Amino acid sequence: MIPEAETELARIVAGLNGPVSIVGGGTRGATGSAPALDMSRLSGIHLYEPGALTLVAAAGTSLAEVESALDAEGQRLAFEPMDHRVLLGTRGEPTIGGVVAANVSGPRRVQAGACRDFLLGVRFVDGRGTVIKNGGRVMKNVTGYDLVKLMAGSWGTLGVLSEVSLKVLPKPEMGITLVWHGCGWTAASKVLCAALASPFEITGAARLPQRNRSPTSKSKTVIRIEGFEDSVKYRVGRLLELFADLKPDRIVTDSDENEAIWSAVRDVTPFRNAVGNVWKTSVKPTDMPLVTGKWEFEHVVDWGGGLIWTLAPEGVDLRLALGGIQGHVSLVRASRDDFERFGRFQPQDETLIRIAHGIRARFDPQGRFNPGLMG
Amino acid sequence: MEMPAPDPKILERKPQLLARLRTVLPDDALIHDISETRAYECDALTAYRCPPMVAVLPASTQEVSDVLRICHEEGVPVVPRGSGTSLAGGALPTEDSVILGVARMNDVLETDYDNRIIRVQSGRTNLSVSGAVEERGFFYAPDPSSQLACAIAGNIAMNSGGAHCLKYGVTTNNLLGVTMVMMDGTVVEIGGAHLDAGGLDLLGVICGSEGQLGVVTEATLRILHKPEGARPVLIGFDDNAVAGQCVSDIIKSGILPVAIEFMDRLCIQACENFAHAGYPDCEALLIVEVEGSQAEIDHQLAKIIEIARRHNPVELRESGSAEESAKIWLGRKSAFGAMGQLNDYMCLDGTIPVSELPMVLRRIGEMSKEYGLPVGNVFHAGDGNMHPLILFDANKQGDLEKCEAFGADILRLCVDAGGCLTGEHGVGIEKRDLMLHQYNSEDLETQMAVKDVFDPQWLLNPAKVFPLGSSAQRRSA
Repeated sequence: MIPEAETELARIVAGLNGPVSIVGGGTRGATGSAPALDMSRLSGIHLYEPGALTLVAAAGTSLAEVESALDAEGQRLAFEPMDHRVLLGTRGEPTIGGVVAANVSGPRRVQAGACRDFLLGVRFVDGRGTVIKNGGRVMKNVTGYDLVKLMAGSWGTLGVLSEVSLKVLPKPEMGITLVWHGCGWTAASKVLCAALASPFEITGAARLPQRNRSPTSKSKTVIRIEGFEDSVKYRVGRLLELFADLKPDRIVTDSDENEAIWSAVRDVTPFRNAVGNVWKTSVKPTDMPLVTGKWEFEHVVDWGGGLIWTLAPEGVDLRLALGGIQGHVSLVRASRDDFERFGRFQPQDETLIRIAHGIRARFDPQGRFNPGLMG
Repeated sequence: MEMPAPDPKILERKPQLLARLRTVLPDDALIHDISETRAYECDALTAYRCPPMVAVLPASTQEVSDVLRICHEEGVPVVPRGSGTSLAGGALPTEDSVILGVARMNDVLETDYDNRIIRVQSGRTNLSVSGAVEERGFFYAPDPSSQLACAIAGNIAMNSGGAHCLKYGVTTNNLLGVTMVMMDGTVVEIGGAHLDAGGLDLLGVICGSEGQLGVVTEATLRILHKPEGARPVLIGFDDNAVAGQCVSDIIKSGILPVAIEFMDRLCIQACENFAHAGYPDCEALLIVEVEGSQAEIDHQLAKIIEIARRHNPVELRESGSAEESAKIWLGRKSAFGAMGQLNDYMCLDGTIPVSELPMVLRRIGEMSKEYGLPVGNVFHAGDGNMHPLILFDANKQGDLEKCEAFGADILRLCVDAGGCLTGEHGVGIEKRDLMLHQYNSEDLETQMAVKDVFDPQWLLNPAKVFPLGSSAQRRSA
């Protein structure tokens, strides 16, 4: 099933006799065993107005096509979506619909917001084969319920996205990264939180582990500042004053090196090809040392401590570690056995499960879409 | 605007309901005498009024839960109310309803600067959230113009915006978690201080659901450190289209101003006469404000001025001091008051793609002549959120109806231009019957299906958001 137009997609869904796995580029590791509904040919940018900061594209449009169109106008997707191919070893071409369906957001989320915060409108086909629209292409819209947010991060379980509208932002003139070597968890947490609580618009606050636990390599705690050159230099100066007692070891101005640091954080590059399961923990940033300190495992920390990627041996249930800490843990990379044993997402409160099931049953009454995902 | 007829069976059972509510609320939290319920007969959409059967003012999540459970069991509709500042009639009662006001729940529960969050009870006013973190240099970003009075509960219900959302986003972008009571009394916690709530983004759909899915009693909000400074520039043009092009060029240049406000001739003159802000005599006025350190502000304003000069402005005034900044903003901030001096007015808030600005303003001008009612336009140009103010005389027979018809035409125009009916005020009752112009019945059916899950009996704020005809079956079931 490879629809090339929304009407064809609707017809296919209306005629389904059993479940399907919705596939964009198939890079996010969530493709189920049901027959594939391949969205890659439902593609094309329908509208791009740089002066209004808006882009509308068919859901199957490749992320590369979207990014290159934006790049030509000096703009970008500010939420910096992760490329899961690095961590999961998947192949294929990520699509904009896949980014939205999984609400994929990268390091800049701490300042700019998540994918869902940039999503202005959606068109999707529900489980009956009806085309539904919600939101639109304007930045402020409170007309009716916000199903746009609901669709973002629903992993295709409520409908098949056919079109998405996004708010885009200008690319900054330059970026600089401040690097501290070898900070422990508590020190790293202090640096990240202090930077984020400053008025200097930090667009990345992360910690990369030492390379392969090599004694000569040190962990890197990193802070990113972006914008017009004069402004970036000014803010770096002010941050150096703020951290007078804990000076950074390096100031990275080279754009390639900056790109390397932040793509490593975004794509969790240190865990590429490493043996073990990869877990993703979302907590209150200051709770980060409590989580990372519990285990001797390797961690990549992002969002100022609010996001912790952990490389753990197979068979270990990281959710047990969370104990009384508020937050949640998803399993992102694992063997089939461990996915079955632990589940991809953390079980939720009973009432929330009831609500989620109720919504899903109404959007997709016959359970056609991505069965098994999201409970 | 039609509201459903009250259910006589519910009215008959008022004594029984009161008796049950007395078991869970202190006397002073239960208002049922007509002389007192009248205080809750309307919100800021004052053209429509109806005292509720009962008003309750619970002081805790537990009391809210008890009240909702009882109303649920008695089958009584409940209309949640923050501070009653809705311009869309979001808190308008019906004769057979219970108004549930959250005004007594206004405590700050937690401030956490390291994690940049504040947790408050939902009756707290918007401005006093910022007030609570001001001494440490922080603020809460969404700033609706009613921020002195409006409650966080209402901000969440309507997904409120403000002048500064071009940079900081609206309520939904600054809300991290809620404690919410469902119609059957069940209390749920969604989200919190961590960034991802897990599971479906229920927080996203609750925000902006106009009090139809649950009553939010506590909220975790993101706070930000204030920028070091801010400064506006005032730019006057002889042509609306040129002003619109200038807005677009500023945005395209890579600068993200914190606000871009637009006023047209009628508004400029009204504000000038009212506030004497020293505005030039011209067709269109932009106020563009940028933030940061002195050096950053200088840099950004220089770029903006360079862009503006390319469009031959009739006036270009960069603020050189705090007094001059205040003067530039003075007229804009008194715009609604100034228009109110001219006559009664109705304020709309449709949003359009910025590129359609010249066409929409021209059409509004033409329609203004056809209807014989003047319109002033003042709005957030950076994000296309219009605020046409239609002037009319409430004491003149038929003028309100004419004004409403004109307003509906303007909103249809916004939708046809690729925009929407409401950018930040919400649908309420005001735009309820226009919903089918923006969405088809299947789109609305899908939205209503979400309410079915949260509130299967349709008891929470039932006659709002959706056209009465579309929701009739569900409300009477």
